[in-house]
Amino acid sequence: MATIKLGNLKKSFGKTEVIHGIDIDIDEGEFIVIVGPSGCGKSTMLRMVAGLETITSGEVQINGARVNELEPMDRNIAMVFQNYALYPHMCVFDNMAYGLKIAKMPKPEIAERVRAVAEMLELEEYLQRRPRELSGGQRQRVAMGRAIVRKPDVFLFDEPLSNLDAKLRVQMRLEIKELQRSLAVTTLYVTHDQVEAMTLADRMIVMNDGIADQIGAPLDVYENPATAFVAGFIGSPATNFFGADELTVSQNKALTAALNDAERAALDQPATMIGIRPEHLQICEPNGACLTLTVNYSEALGAETLIHGKLPKGTAITIRQNGRLPLPEGGQELSAVWSEHSVMVFEQNGRRV
Amino acid sequence: MEKRVKFKGWRLPMLLLLPQLVVTVVFFFYPAGQAVWQSMFISDPFGLKSQFVGLGNFEFLLADKFYRASFITTAIFSGLTTLVSMGAALYLAVLADRLIKGSGAYRTLLIWPYAVAPAVAGVLWLFMFNSRVGVVTWYLGLMGYDWNHVLNDNEAMGLVVVASSWGRISYNFLFFLAGLQAIPKSVIEAAAIDGAQFWTRFRTIVFPLLSPTTFFLLVVNIVYAFFETFGVIHTITSGGPQQATTILVYKVFSDGFVGQDLGSSAAQSVILLVIVGALTIFQFKFIERRVHY
Repeated sequence: MATIKLGNLKKSFGKTEVIHGIDIDIDEGEFIVIVGPSGCGKSTMLRMVAGLETITSGEVQINGARVNELEPMDRNIAMVFQNYALYPHMCVFDNMAYGLKIAKMPKPEIAERVRAVAEMLELEEYLQRRPRELSGGQRQRVAMGRAIVRKPDVFLFDEPLSNLDAKLRVQMRLEIKELQRSLAVTTLYVTHDQVEAMTLADRMIVMNDGIADQIGAPLDVYENPATAFVAGFIGSPATNFFGADELTVSQNKALTAALNDAERAALDQPATMIGIRPEHLQICEPNGACLTLTVNYSEALGAETLIHGKLPKGTAITIRQNGRLPLPEGGQELSAVWSEHSVMVFEQNGRRV
Repeated sequence: MEKRVKFKGWRLPMLLLLPQLVVTVVFFFYPAGQAVWQSMFISDPFGLKSQFVGLGNFEFLLADKFYRASFITTAIFSGLTTLVSMGAALYLAVLADRLIKGSGAYRTLLIWPYAVAPAVAGVLWLFMFNSRVGVVTWYLGLMGYDWNHVLNDNEAMGLVVVASSWGRISYNFLFFLAGLQAIPKSVIEAAAIDGAQFWTRFRTIVFPLLSPTTFFLLVVNIVYAFFETFGVIHTITSGGPQQATTILVYKVFSDGFVGQDLGSSAAQSVILLVIVGALTIFQFKFIERRVHY
């Protein structure tokens, strides 16, 4: 178990700065998920913690000690790679025992530890197999076993579930969560999948273009996104964004009534955007409407129905309704109302007002 | 799923195979057949008439101590050449693989020697090590070492080994580098996180994963050392001093074309053919199984 501290962590490749200063204090046993679209610098950040990338400026501390200059092997971390990075010429046992052998642990102790971890991960039958003789899920388990067996201070996961099919992904996600809970090892987990982030994280770091847009508990981030990017990235289907000028006069009145003073003031700026999550919109009678839209098409998913439409000026908008309802047809006019306290206002630079 | 093209009839496939078949028949089966045929005759010194002797040439050869000595010379020569060329190539490939800046130029320069024909390479090395005008000889002389490969067996062997290996390093380098770059980076990183230092990583991860490449090069290089080094040896030592660098293939030439004993020469070719064939089969049957993971 360990604490991790990142202090104004920056990374440049040549003259291009890709990570612009990340600060976070991570508690013992905390599960931190770094989430963002590809190219946002999340993997680079993880690799800096691992020691696989040099740190351009700033500091990484593990257990209060600066580790910038330490080799990966001296940081007492373990990493699970996206492609698992198993040693293809070794059997499962040797894969897991590799680090212990290098640490010159006595053979009986190695055997004991590997056996215990293999049992935990239900890999006992496969100890003598080579990686290519295993299924994707089993390889994933071996990669985790290799990390667990060394009893590291920190687990680093680099998109570990991306190579699995959807069903297995859900199952492994639960297993990772349970393992981390029972072992209580501080964990950094990189993913581009917001569902993984929501379900796994104690806290998540939402990365956008080398900047940590928001750091917080999943539900806080969902309910209170700090930027338009976070609002759009976390939650599915994505948040609807539109300008105040797409509303009629009466709708605008309803909008301003729902806002606080600062938000109302921001509305006067031309580039200010309004954001509403699809699940916070309700179809209603035309006279009480906050929005009017023309339906493009609807998707009935059984438990919920998604209605995709357009505002008068052409901005796409999605409404999420619980359960089944008579499907609106394409071209039909609909009115919608938002639930209270669900309207978000974002400045031109994306910051939430 | 295997993808196969199915041809209707046999004309087109035959036509496509023809060039390779013609080359194989004209340059391999025909000469090999001739060699087998000729190995059963001895001809008079002027090549006017020949006499059938059955396996007489072979019997004579196997009893000949010079021929047996040539076997040992060949073993030493091909062993050393393979070791030097592959060892140096692997070392350079490992360095080039780590290189980030200027790796393109470095690689190009390393590949150049492959473009030099063996005979030319031989002359090049001969000039450097010439006992009277060689530049390296002169420097060695300054350091108090008297180099003369014309008289010294070991120096002669050393020189032909180095000259034969030199151009070959480029070839091996290309394959080793490709092999190294095919190893997923994350596997190396995983090993680094597991605590393995560079040398341990090389020994336990990189080298085992490279073994298919190493095996392939081993076969190719041994065959090279057996056959294609003729030019180097001919230009540098002509098989001398005495017989110190007369490898089997050189003896085929010197007995046949210099000594005019065509029957014996042909018998030697046949023996060589059998040896290399057996060697290759052995390597593929017994070693290849172990190198694939």
